[in-house]
Amino acid sequence: MGQPKVETSPKVSDEVRKTTCYMCACRCGINVHLTSGKVTYIEGNRDHPVNKGVLCAKGASGIMQVTAPSRLRAPLRRVGPRGSGAFEEISWEEALATAVSWLKPLREEAPEKLAFFTGRDQSQSFTGWWAQQFGTPNYAAHGGFCSVNMAAAGIYTIGGAFWEFGQPDWAHTKLFVLFGVAEDHDSNPIKIGIGKLKARGAKVVGVNPVRTGYNAVADEWVGITPGTDGLLILSLIHCLLQAGKIDLDYLARWTNAPLLVNATEGPEKGLILKNAESQPFVIDKRTGMPAPWDGAGVQPDLGAVWQGHRTVFQHMAERYLGEEYAPEAVAARCGVPAGRIRSLAAELARVAFDEAFELPIAWTDFRGDRHESMTGRPVSFHAMRGISAHSNGFQTARALHLLQILLGTVEVPGGYRLKPPYPKPVEAHPTPHFVAAPGKPLSGPHLGYVRGPENLALKEDGTPWRIDKGFTWENPFSAHGLMHMVIPNAHAGDPYKVDTLFLYMANMSWNSSMNSARVMEMLTDKGPDGDYVIPRIIYSDAYASEMVAYADLILPDTTYLERHDCISLLDRPISEPDAAGDAIRWPVVEADRDVRGFQSVLLDLGVRLGLPGMTNPDGTAKFKDYADYIVNHIRRPGVGPLIGFRGADGQAEGRGEANPDQLARYIENGGFYQAHVPEGAQYMKPWNAAYQDWAVATSFYETPQPYLFSIWSEPMRKFQLAAEGHGFLQPPDYLRERLKLAMDPLPVWYPPLGEAAAEGFPVHAITQRPMAMYHSWGSQNAWLRQIHGKNYLYLPTAIWEGQGFAEGDYARVTSPTGEIVVPVAHMAALNPDTVWTWNAIGKRRGAWALDQGAPEANQGFLLNHLISELLPGEGRVSNSDPVTGQAAWFDLRVRIEKVGPQERSEPAFDVLPQVVPKGRARA
Amino acid sequence: MTALPERTEKKLGLVIDLDTCVGCHACVTACKGWNDQGYGVPLSDQNPYGADPSGTFLNRVHSYSVQPVDAAAQIINFPRSCLHCEDAPCVTVCPTGASYKRAEDGIVLVNEDACIGCGLCAWACPYGARELDQDAGVMKKCTLCVDRIYNEALPEEDREPACVRTCPTGARHFGDFADPQSKVSRLTAEREGFALMPEMGTKPVNRYLPPRKKDRPEEASLLAPLLDIKATGLAGWLDRVLGKI
Amino acid sequence: MHPAPSVIVFTVLSGLGFGFLALLGIFGAQGMAAFFLWGIGYGLAVAGLVASTFHLGNPQRALLAFTQWRTSWLSREAWAAVITLLLFAPQALSDWLGLGWGRGFGIAGAGMAGVTVFCTSMIYAQIRAVPRWHHWTVPCVFLAYALSGAMVMGAMRPFAAWALVLLGVALALHWHFGARAFARAGATMESATGLGRIGAVSVFEQPHTGGNYLLREMIFVVGRKHAERVRMIAMVCSVMLPALALMFLPGVAAVIVAVTLHLLGALAQRWLFFAEAEHVVGLYYGAR
Ligand SMILES: Nc1nc2c(c(=O)[nH]1)N[C@H]1C(S)=C(S)[C@@H](COP(=O)(O)OP(=O)(O)OC[C@H]3O[C@@H](n4cnc5c(=O)[nH]c(N)nc54)[C@H](O)[C@@H]3O)O[C@H]1N2
Ligand SMILES: Nc1nc2c(c(=O)[nH]1)N[C@H]1C(S)=C(S)[C@@H](COP(=O)(O)OP(=O)(O)OC[C@H]3O[C@@H](n4cnc5c(=O)[nH]c(N)nc54)[C@H](O)[C@@H]3O)O[C@H]1N2
Ligand code: SF4
Ligand code: SF4
Ligand code: SF4
Ligand code: SF4
Ligand code: SF4
Ligand SMILES: [Mo]
Repeated sequence: MGQPKVETSPKVSDEVRKTTCYMCACRCGINVHLTSGKVTYIEGNRDHPVNKGVLCAKGASGIMQVTAPSRLRAPLRRVGPRGSGAFEEISWEEALATAVSWLKPLREEAPEKLAFFTGRDQSQSFTGWWAQQFGTPNYAAHGGFCSVNMAAAGIYTIGGAFWEFGQPDWAHTKLFVLFGVAEDHDSNPIKIGIGKLKARGAKVVGVNPVRTGYNAVADEWVGITPGTDGLLILSLIHCLLQAGKIDLDYLARWTNAPLLVNATEGPEKGLILKNAESQPFVIDKRTGMPAPWDGAGVQPDLGAVWQGHRTVFQHMAERYLGEEYAPEAVAARCGVPAGRIRSLAAELARVAFDEAFELPIAWTDFRGDRHESMTGRPVSFHAMRGISAHSNGFQTARALHLLQILLGTVEVPGGYRLKPPYPKPVEAHPTPHFVAAPGKPLSGPHLGYVRGPENLALKEDGTPWRIDKGFTWENPFSAHGLMHMVIPNAHAGDPYKVDTLFLYMANMSWNSSMNSARVMEMLTDKGPDGDYVIPRIIYSDAYASEMVAYADLILPDTTYLERHDCISLLDRPISEPDAAGDAIRWPVVEADRDVRGFQSVLLDLGVRLGLPGMTNPDGTAKFKDYADYIVNHIRRPGVGPLIGFRGADGQAEGRGEANPDQLARYIENGGFYQAHVPEGAQYMKPWNAAYQDWAVATSFYETPQPYLFSIWSEPMRKFQLAAEGHGFLQPPDYLRERLKLAMDPLPVWYPPLGEAAAEGFPVHAITQRPMAMYHSWGSQNAWLRQIHGKNYLYLPTAIWEGQGFAEGDYARVTSPTGEIVVPVAHMAALNPDTVWTWNAIGKRRGAWALDQGAPEANQGFLLNHLISELLPGEGRVSNSDPVTGQAAWFDLRVRIEKVGPQERSEPAFDVLPQVVPKGRARA
Repeated sequence: MTALPERTEKKLGLVIDLDTCVGCHACVTACKGWNDQGYGVPLSDQNPYGADPSGTFLNRVHSYSVQPVDAAAQIINFPRSCLHCEDAPCVTVCPTGASYKRAEDGIVLVNEDACIGCGLCAWACPYGARELDQDAGVMKKCTLCVDRIYNEALPEEDREPACVRTCPTGARHFGDFADPQSKVSRLTAEREGFALMPEMGTKPVNRYLPPRKKDRPEEASLLAPLLDIKATGLAGWLDRVLGKI
Repeated sequence: MHPAPSVIVFTVLSGLGFGFLALLGIFGAQGMAAFFLWGIGYGLAVAGLVASTFHLGNPQRALLAFTQWRTSWLSREAWAAVITLLLFAPQALSDWLGLGWGRGFGIAGAGMAGVTVFCTSMIYAQIRAVPRWHHWTVPCVFLAYALSGAMVMGAMRPFAAWALVLLGVALALHWHFGARAFARAGATMESATGLGRIGAVSVFEQPHTGGNYLLREMIFVVGRKHAERVRMIAMVCSVMLPALALMFLPGVAAVIVAVTLHLLGALAQRWLFFAEAEHVVGLYYGAR
């Protein structure tokens, strides 16, 4: 018998359609292969800027998401008690009429009675605009529980953030330090980047209590104790300052280090000193005299003292040279030996300065000074929720930006580069809008960047405008709102009660809430009148999630291959440092159920409610559907959701009239568009005249917006001044001390706020994102759930051996808030005071069309039951960062006790009745 | 065809870089996705939404803890698939000839039409590279994407295994080990690529690149303070620092 | 290794059957007794062979298993079994019908029966990835079972006792070497992963929380807990008690009791043969 003949060139499919992945927020380009009209294979799009052909485990199993039995099939109306899961299928007409009958009176009487929160929404510029037209101040997406600390600290300090808004200069960086990142939104770009570094033999350092994933491949691991990164970073700064290893030229030119800090006692103390024209100024080294901060040829003097006012630089140096930041002083607290801190500082300095290089790129800065080259400092950083999900996360992120600035490594070759439309100073962002009036739209976008107490969303009587208490003294810079507080606040009627809670893709009765068990009670609680405390809940999900059971009306969404979507520069685009980019999704297959794309449904609702912007004067719809909106909506003259193929001929980029062929052109182009940053403008963007001009042309702002990095934050100091008693707007007394501490204009470290109540709970408990799972919805995917079907709590050696744990054991985990009993496993490569588990693997029985015996629902568990949504003490203060309101998921402290082998985790909740039939075989 | 070819013209295989693999499982589902619709019968799943899901995969990613004598423990992610051994015992044990090694490129394949599903080849493989598909009753294993690497229906650049194409970190490399100039041969030589369980005498073709040395003691000298700040105060420090520019 | 009933039954019954056929082939029988005795031998051997197809994923293609005799022990076993059964056929006929064709076919068949059992044993003994099996004691055990079982069945008292002693020795040796086989093979988590150069290796996280073929088929950890007890049962039932029964019990009763016990013991031994055999793939899962 000879060797069989193998068909080595089989036809792969009938047709390839290029669209955008939705299995996470990374938004990779995908090639969807169709055979006989069915999706048969999904691979990465090689031409796509985000993923360049690669896909992650989730993206490559997207096919199982589209065939999942958990997909909702038709609109549902609750018929039994809330939480019982008793629903009837209704028509869309009925569903929309019901929604309108609830919402219309609200709009006419008290629009704030609608709280519209949209979870992990990729269409925030649209949903936010809808809420604005409705007129409710109560809108935000998930950023408040996600990573607003990163976003806000970045914007306030360098005019751009970590998250997905920038990335290391992968091509040039030689030392890459990663703080608290397991996966991040930029999943594939980070992996591609790390791969590039590895191929070049560049060094990766992982600062993380847990050594998995990126930290596992890191050449060096710093197993820090949770919540102490700020201290570690300030200690690194201490070492660098002490040795004079800082980039003085960079500090003098591009940061507010040479600006003067007002030293006069009184309401201006600590603000940046301004001249008669209200402009900050510097002391020119050439003359010793004040000179404009942006004057041509000016050589700012970092060491200047002018009429008793000292420079930011001196204030900064004075603080961080202090002995309390010496490695020896912080080592024990951080769980990192002093020698390790010193050697890391030395390594940073060595690479930044001894391996500096010049790129022969000539450019002109905003002062008009011409430079023949750009200095590269090949040190870069990235950070995410490991630092941001703590109540000191904002200041920690600021500390990290300060470290980057001192090393002169932001926006330089080899350093950290922002992606258009960033960099963008605070001044170029809106301030929050919140004043609701019956029947009227809001005057502007809900979310924005507060410059001082005058921008807070407070009513005359000092009570919050917003249900989540965003933009209040409790969390002044809550630029993304506080989605995690909506249900607790609405339930408590604090600051007021709402009528309708309208949620979109957020699993708020489960993994998206702190204290989930309590939140489920809040959702089903009834008042003395027998009505639900939260009277009405409308929810849009695509799947039978845990949240579905708690809604009164379900608007079933399509899956990602069945609808139009827009990944827009107006919210979270897919840019690269070298190019602005946006993308679309389009229905590459038809939905086979009675479901509708949520955005189109919102437009339909908007017309039925007569919302301006989406309704013609005659009451007809301005946009047929979301696709029509994407093409024809005009936000500002010439500016719409997409920047590509604008204008009648499709040639315009950034600005231009609507082009009816735009979507077709996107599809032809692989589903995305890139506007390339011109030659010479790729680095030094905040100060690079060529970049600024291009950014204006491409519609990111209306005039050039050069700015200085804020080592000293004036908006923060304004809040400190208020807390010190200055000014007309005054915080409540119980928040004064906390404002003084948290609103320090220079980065500070303070222990996480929950610490005081954590006496007797010595162990830090955190979660990590599994690379092959997406929050709660990966579990309905037949392939992914075989990889992560249950989770363990990983215990460090000290606890494992200390309590004599063995394989198969369970442990009782107790926090000040609650108790769970969960399976455990041993991990040696772990900070000795930390336990952790994979996030959101635990499921509620009955959800996601899984069998009741599913391991996710029996052994799998959530840490959320242990996390309080409130801090102990006065005033129902949320368990969040005091600056931004970012949920402090990782401040959790627990006690561990061995329980021995057990069949299942506790608590065990009732089985959720199934709203779709249980899945059996693979479709 | 259970006799092994005396020699093969090419020795196609994979290099897997353990210094780079972040353990993302992308190669696992990309492999499943391609082979679910590619060579042979689909890769079935049992109780996919049930209490005890299981299924056929041709590539699995392990994660190990490694404890050096005098440094912190490490985690190393470890993809495992067929190594396309030169002395493949899985081939010689096969009673039907279904299992064979291709003479032209050394790929070890199962001719599913001839496979009786006896499982012997899976027993013979020390590496767990073969999984018997429970629905179809035939043996499944990595095909090295034989239906991609020569596929004229695919663009040239896509003629590589699905797992290699998808790996976000580029930890997987595909090529011909018989050619000393190929990328896989060079990587193996430069990075001291090794074979798994050489004591089993299977002569694997695939190579693994070892993790680079981690947590090495600092080579750079520690930062020397500019001066004694305690003695000179901030003013002294400022003089020294700013004097430099 | 997963102790699949079909494979246990296959090896035990076919071993006994071929052994018994071999005895018949050499010593013969007469008339209706021959009919029954040959029938029993054929019955056992064929039942074993049929049982072996139960664990096939695609038994309808079983004939293909004859094609690879040059390399595959399973294929060789198939050929050997068929040839053996064919060789015995004329002898059985002759015995039954009293055709007096001499014992040529029978003796040749007996030789081939030995070869068949040897081939069966080599299916396991060839597997290097299961160090406990990859040993010369495996054919010894299989052949000793065939021989002693046959002799017990044939009530060949003194020989049977010696054969049982032989079996006892074979088993003892097999277990003795088996205990150290895995270590001797040299495969460790360190060599399986190549990470031994860095330090001691242990599993941090399994590649999948769901099940798979490897875990079901190759990683059977349940059985080994009972190994000592099962070993005792095997030794006592398949060796000692049959010997005693043959010695002290009278006539047919002795044979029935001895054969039953012997079979039980053989089944226990074979269960353990699989259950305690560790496949090196278990190293990857940190569970053998
Ligand atoms: N303990 C702990 N808890 C955490 C975190 C943590 O680190 N630790 N992290 C927090 C963070 S940062 C986040 S972002 C949240 C995330 O948590 P969630 O916001 O709950 O995220 P998902 O699980 O992604 O669920 C959102 C919902 O969207 C639905 N969905 C999926 N696709 C679609 C679609 O196409 N259309 C519609 N309409 N719905 C869809 C899903 O079915 C699901 O019900 O979890 C938070 N919770
Ligand atoms: N595959 C996948 N990708 C995702 C998601 C997903 O669910 N799955 N979710 C997306 C979403 S919504 C988000 S918000 C991002 C989040 O992406 P990441 O920011 O990577 O979030 P986490 O996984 O929560 O990881 C936080 C990391 O911080 C570490 N850590 C915890 N506390 C500390 C600390 O005090 N200091 C330091 N240095 N480290 C600490 C944890 O060990 C963990 O490694 O991921 C996005 N991408
Ligand atoms: S990272 Fe993965 S899941 Fe997220 S968009 Fe990209 S391929 Fe899809
Ligand atoms: S790895 Fe296993 S299946 Fe692959 S060739 Fe080697 S022995 Fe055969
Ligand atoms: S399972 Fe199939 S390929 Fe493997 S040895 Fe048996 S017949 Fe051959
Ligand atoms: S080469 Fe192909 S078949 Fe083999 S592991 Fe990779 S994707 Fe799977
Ligand atoms: S895709 Fe690459 S990085 Fe991810 S697990 Fe596989 S080999 Fe490792
Ligand atoms: Mo998030």
